[in-house]
Amino acid sequence: MSISQGRSTGGSTSGTSTGAGVGRRSFLGYVIGGSTLVAAADLAVQATANPAHAGGVPSPPQVPELYDLEDLQTDAALPTSALITVEIREDGTAHFAIPRMEVGQGITTSTAMILADELDLPLSKVEVTLAPARPELVFNQLTGGSNTTVSTYTPIRVAAAIARKALLDAAAIELGYAVTRLKTYKGLVEAPDGATVSYGDLSAKAAASSTQQVEVELKPAADRKVVGTPRNRDDARAAVTGRKQFTMDLDVPDALPTMICRAPTLNGTPKALNNETEILRMPGVTHVALVDTGVAVRARTFGQCIDAVRAMDVDWNPGTAEGESDATILKKLRQAEIPLAVPKVPLLATTVEADFAFAFRSSAALEPNCAIADVRDDSAEIWAGLKVPILAQENIAQELGMRVDQVKVNVVTGGGSFGHKLFSDAAIEAAKTSRAMGVPVRLMWHRADEPRQGRLHPMCTSRVRATVLGKNVLTFEQRLTSVVTDFSHGLGEIISSTIDEAPTEVGRKLGGLGFSETIFTLTQELPYDFGVVTQLLSETDDSFNTGSMRNIYSPDTAVASELVVDQIGRKMGLDPLEVRRRFVKSDVVRRCLDTVAREGRWGRRMPKGMAQGIAVHKEYKGATAVLVEIDCRPETVNRKIRKAVTGPRVTKAVIAVDAGLVINPRGVEAQMQGGFMDGLALTLTSSCHLEDGHFLEASWDNYFYTRQWNVPPEVEVHVVESDSEQPGGVGEAAVGSSAAAVACAYVRATKKMPAYFPINHAELSFEPKSFVPPVPASPTDGLKYTY
Amino acid sequence: MPKQTFVLNGEPVTVDVEDDVRVLWVLRDLLGVQGPKYGCGINVCKACTSHLNGRAFNPCSVRVGDLAEEDRVTTIEGLPGEVGADDGELHPMQEAWIDRDVPQCGYCQPGQIMAAVALVKKVKREGRTLQESDLDTIRNICRCGTYTRIREAVEQGSRAMS
Ligand code: FES
Ligand code: FES
Repeated sequence: MSISQGRSTGGSTSGTSTGAGVGRRSFLGYVIGGSTLVAAADLAVQATANPAHAGGVPSPPQVPELYDLEDLQTDAALPTSALITVEIREDGTAHFAIPRMEVGQGITTSTAMILADELDLPLSKVEVTLAPARPELVFNQLTGGSNTTVSTYTPIRVAAAIARKALLDAAAIELGYAVTRLKTYKGLVEAPDGATVSYGDLSAKAAASSTQQVEVELKPAADRKVVGTPRNRDDARAAVTGRKQFTMDLDVPDALPTMICRAPTLNGTPKALNNETEILRMPGVTHVALVDTGVAVRARTFGQCIDAVRAMDVDWNPGTAEGESDATILKKLRQAEIPLAVPKVPLLATTVEADFAFAFRSSAALEPNCAIADVRDDSAEIWAGLKVPILAQENIAQELGMRVDQVKVNVVTGGGSFGHKLFSDAAIEAAKTSRAMGVPVRLMWHRADEPRQGRLHPMCTSRVRATVLGKNVLTFEQRLTSVVTDFSHGLGEIISSTIDEAPTEVGRKLGGLGFSETIFTLTQELPYDFGVVTQLLSETDDSFNTGSMRNIYSPDTAVASELVVDQIGRKMGLDPLEVRRRFVKSDVVRRCLDTVAREGRWGRRMPKGMAQGIAVHKEYKGATAVLVEIDCRPETVNRKIRKAVTGPRVTKAVIAVDAGLVINPRGVEAQMQGGFMDGLALTLTSSCHLEDGHFLEASWDNYFYTRQWNVPPEVEVHVVESDSEQPGGVGEAAVGSSAAAVACAYVRATKKMPAYFPINHAELSFEPKSFVPPVPASPTDGLKYTY
Repeated sequence: MPKQTFVLNGEPVTVDVEDDVRVLWVLRDLLGVQGPKYGCGINVCKACTSHLNGRAFNPCSVRVGDLAEEDRVTTIEGLPGEVGADDGELHPMQEAWIDRDVPQCGYCQPGQIMAAVALVKKVKREGRTLQESDLDTIRNICRCGTYTRIREAVEQGSRAMS
């Protein structure tokens, strides 16, 4: 195998199958000079996927079939792959500091599995930690787009293979045999005479005095022992014993609890605190400071911060959405809608049209926004859950008037993200507050601050028009019109600097598009042969705090398009499974569809008021299909639970996923289950209501994320056999298809087509909490509810 | 400042703090016991669920001054002690949680486990066996959506607790 210009050779490193019969490639990398063995990969080039085949009335390939967001992020990470190193320590363990963030998706576990296989080390001897902000990694430290394993799989393996090779070279001298006669297992190198030497003993000997370039081949698939086997989370024991540490659990000296009193309207800013002396005299309070987002208070306990926030008398400047409500924003969206262009179709063709609105939704995790900051005169140190720590570091440095190297940013495992931790809002706020007060702060948002002032999934409309002639679909147009999604978390920069890597025909299609439209175009793919397909995004109104919530645009577009697919089927006399089988473009999607239809017993008889629904989605180098059964009978819908939204109950969910090469099937199953719970909430229960310039929701008894009484008693996940040799992304893959399947089932059960999602958005199911004070009082009656 | 005394995870503790500070902050901010998590502060998310004299309670909604000297507060850290587990051993519910690989981010899980143990004990007190409908009454939020595995683990843990 030949090597040219120091690059990998012989095929594609992006998502397509390399297939059987393709020879093994060699990769280049380095053994880094030092006292213990440290290895790194050097990947600089990759080829891209070929368009899938098309059948039926073929639709020309959409952009993601040629080059999608996964390819783009993977390309962006390649130039700095050499800076990501695997170390073999003298105690025989391997250490890898992953430049991504663990937020519950299981990447430390799956990454350790990949390393264990390539190194021939027991899983227990591989330690994966989170790297702090490393500016030299440029575009290679963003956790998002379900891209972690997609983009790091090959570089990590190459680095591990180089380390293993160096160990073998050192062992050859030590044991007196040629490398080809040695074998590695469980952290040992063994000679034909049975003599062994451990990786730990070899670590120093295998180290290089100066950095050396090395060429290696990766292990063939048949040699995998750990990858592909179900493994439990590496941090499960810590989590169930309460020892797993999140940002607010870290012991940073003198970083006392700090909270912010926020404005009664969205993004209002403080003018003056009128009772500072009174607040400073409150029990436990040590400091008060005006910052641009509100009035900060630091105290001995968070409880005392809450009391102080409630006692503050503050004059406020107006916010960014004064007087606005759901209705006024919807009106703006309607005005910004791009018309559906009526294509030329034969006279006899009929159209299917649909039009839906989607409410604002909160991406807040259970761990609220929080950060610890210790800002001194000439340096600052920050601890927070950050998915883009390099940008956080730059922003904080700028905010404090410091150089980047004066700001240390530590990445802490997050209590969930769902896109929320792409931004460093709390870290920046903590840094400002620490500077204003002159002391370290442990800053946490009150829960009420999250839906009211935190980042949301933007409100949007989705319109679809399809033309049908006989048993064919000639055109399918979809328009998403949305409040602006904020992509200022670094993905924008990655796009502008990486898009040149995309194939030219893709570049042409993306030319002139803004960040949001580019991301939309790189992620949306209608998996059907529906003739002329167009899916377009337009945005309006940037006065809201938004972000890319788990699966970004796809849940809303999938709900709209899959509901229309059901309607198309009805027109043709085909049931929802038949219409999808007839038009589905790719075998990957078809296999998932067939799996859920079979396992979920599609078409079985249901009582009146109950129905099945089925939907598919293709993204992240794979596909998902979901079949659900829903109960919309009055006795179910009207069941009463204290401070809860009940409504229709999904009684069963069957999910099939093609996730490409599966690293950890147990982890994939967990992500499918979790993604389903999100999709369920998006369609049935969870939304934020904008009224008179502020959002009404203030806690989990207002924002109705899925709860046990909404959960289907039966949830099955099927990971289908994949042809792909590359891992796909799984963290977000199930959300869109789940939201859509639930919507399709709901319509079939009730024979009603909703105009607004979630379906309960029109009625307010709670009494809004106060805006002044901005946070609710801490209850005192907890002893009444013991059980 | 008043002295507050109660039994925490089997040991008596005394803290100097005002009566009206909620127990959650006494545990987390003053005693450094961080298993119970904050998710709402108003008794709706249940992330802080712990036990008071063997029953589930939410320390974000109870004043420390309302605890009596002999009141036994158990957090996730002290759960193994409730069944007399040896050092390093876990409560059967924690074992079930690990076996079913429940946690994703893990933030809600201490509260989930404490709630599950109390639920199973309550069902037993009532002389019943755990039903599907009992699982529906668990109010603890898991924003990662681990609900399916929670249901499996509660059933498994419940069998191990008998
Ligand atoms: S923090 Fe106690 S119930 Fe939410
Ligand atoms: S595991 Fe993340 S909130 Fe439950």
